[in-house]
Amino acid sequence: MTTAPNIDRRATARETPDRRLEPRDVIVEFRDVQKAYGRKKVLRGASFSLFRGEVLVILGGSGTGKSVTLRHMLGLEAPDEGRVIVAGEDITDLEESELFRVRKKFGMLFQSGGLFDSMSVYENIAFPLREHTTMEEEEIASMVREKLEMVNLPGTERLMPVDLSGGMRKRVGLARAIVLNPEVVLYDEPTTGLDPITADTINQMMIGLQTKLSITSVVVTHDIHSAFTVGDRIAFLNNGIFEWIGTMDEARRSDHAILREFLVTSAVASAQP
Amino acid sequence: MRAARVIGNITGGIEEVLLYVGGLTDLTRQTIRQAFRRPFEMRLLLVQFDVIGVQSLSIVGITALFIGMVLALQTAYSLADFGGKLFIGKVVSLSLVRELAPVLMSLMVGGRVGAGMTAEIGTMKVTEQIDALRALATSPIRKLVVPKVVATTLMLPLLTILASFLGIIGGLLIAVFNLNLSMNFYMRSVITTLKYNDIASGVGKTFFFGFAIAMIACFNGLRTSGGADGVGRATTATVVTASISVLIMDFFLTKLFLMVL
Repeated sequence: MTTAPNIDRRATARETPDRRLEPRDVIVEFRDVQKAYGRKKVLRGASFSLFRGEVLVILGGSGTGKSVTLRHMLGLEAPDEGRVIVAGEDITDLEESELFRVRKKFGMLFQSGGLFDSMSVYENIAFPLREHTTMEEEEIASMVREKLEMVNLPGTERLMPVDLSGGMRKRVGLARAIVLNPEVVLYDEPTTGLDPITADTINQMMIGLQTKLSITSVVVTHDIHSAFTVGDRIAFLNNGIFEWIGTMDEARRSDHAILREFLVTSAVASAQP
Repeated sequence: MRAARVIGNITGGIEEVLLYVGGLTDLTRQTIRQAFRRPFEMRLLLVQFDVIGVQSLSIVGITALFIGMVLALQTAYSLADFGGKLFIGKVVSLSLVRELAPVLMSLMVGGRVGAGMTAEIGTMKVTEQIDALRALATSPIRKLVVPKVVATTLMLPLLTILASFLGIIGGLLIAVFNLNLSMNFYMRSVITTLKYNDIASGVGKTFFFGFAIAMIACFNGLRTSGGADGVGRATTATVVTASISVLIMDFFLTKLFLMVL
């Protein structure tokens, strides 16, 4: 078993205690994860720990492996090297059928929503309940209604995904992701491609869910405003490794050259430090 | 330099083919395993019976009827010097039942159904719906692949039986209305010609064709990448690969059935 590289230990050591992050119970851990697609190395030894109850923002430019990191957490991809630990269990070498058990701990909001086109909003949200619970149809209907209210889309049960706007698709995707009350919710670019008002609605929704459901969240984004609005900590991914991990305040004060450049070149971030 | 590039291209091509066959074999193994695992997706299976079987009836009917008619005309023309008219029932029924109905129906249904399957699964792949299924702890193989493969494997033989029957009716129309043979003579010729092993050989092959078409279509769908363009390429690849596979398998299965039956 490989150990975490120095860069991550330094980054973790730099973190300051945060009231919201206690107790520091690790729910997901990456140990020197490497992944290549063909000749392109995307992850080159990525290591980090996700603590229970926190919102970790994975920040980085396009093509740096942010989404690939999320996919490794769910076991949708297997690393070429390194280990992925979820709730103390090494999931790296698990078979697809064994991974189903692990995936039930997670809810994932896909970049495009990932809604099933052939199913209505109701059927999309009811799908995990039908697959993994023995709920009666009445209970399912009530649960679907409740989750749709949580994402501010009451009464949309009968609509088809094709009838929804981008923001609505993401919100329905979010309702589906949380319907089984997962321990961890993974957000893949939740605000990308949305207008600022809708993006802010999604941000507020993420904060609301965090408060109501006390879940752990990982948000992959390159939207600095969203990152600083919802996040507790930032993990900055560059060249396939987490070059910097720390709290939001530390990120604002950080002298890490590339992170600094990343934050400063964002118009929103320039107002933050 | 040039030689090295040619060798590099050849080895690259071989590697690609081996990876394709390996991936297809792995999916086939998983599909067979999932097909016998509870819970059975009966509702999804019935939908596929409808899509693959019922909705293919018109294409199968029209194709088979006209093939039978053309076959009767061509036989009468080409064997005219040998009194070909008398052999029409024999030639039409044997050609259709042993070879034409199984292969042509597989090509037609393979084109229609196979392309549809790849387009559906491929679109789901590029729009993250396959990943969403997996993330929701559900097997895409159980939900998507198994119903399609089982339905195609069971429906293609039924469509072939129907096509053989309609083809023979097509031949009958030409024999009676164009070549002035009696219906009685034609039908007696058909019935005395066809043996159990002709039907078993013809229909038996289509179980394998149906299975192969659906496996190839689903595999190409699941490995789709690159947006709408990728879906288009995958769909074309399915029609080409499924057609070639049917024709190659036909030769070996025909040889096998000739030995066994």
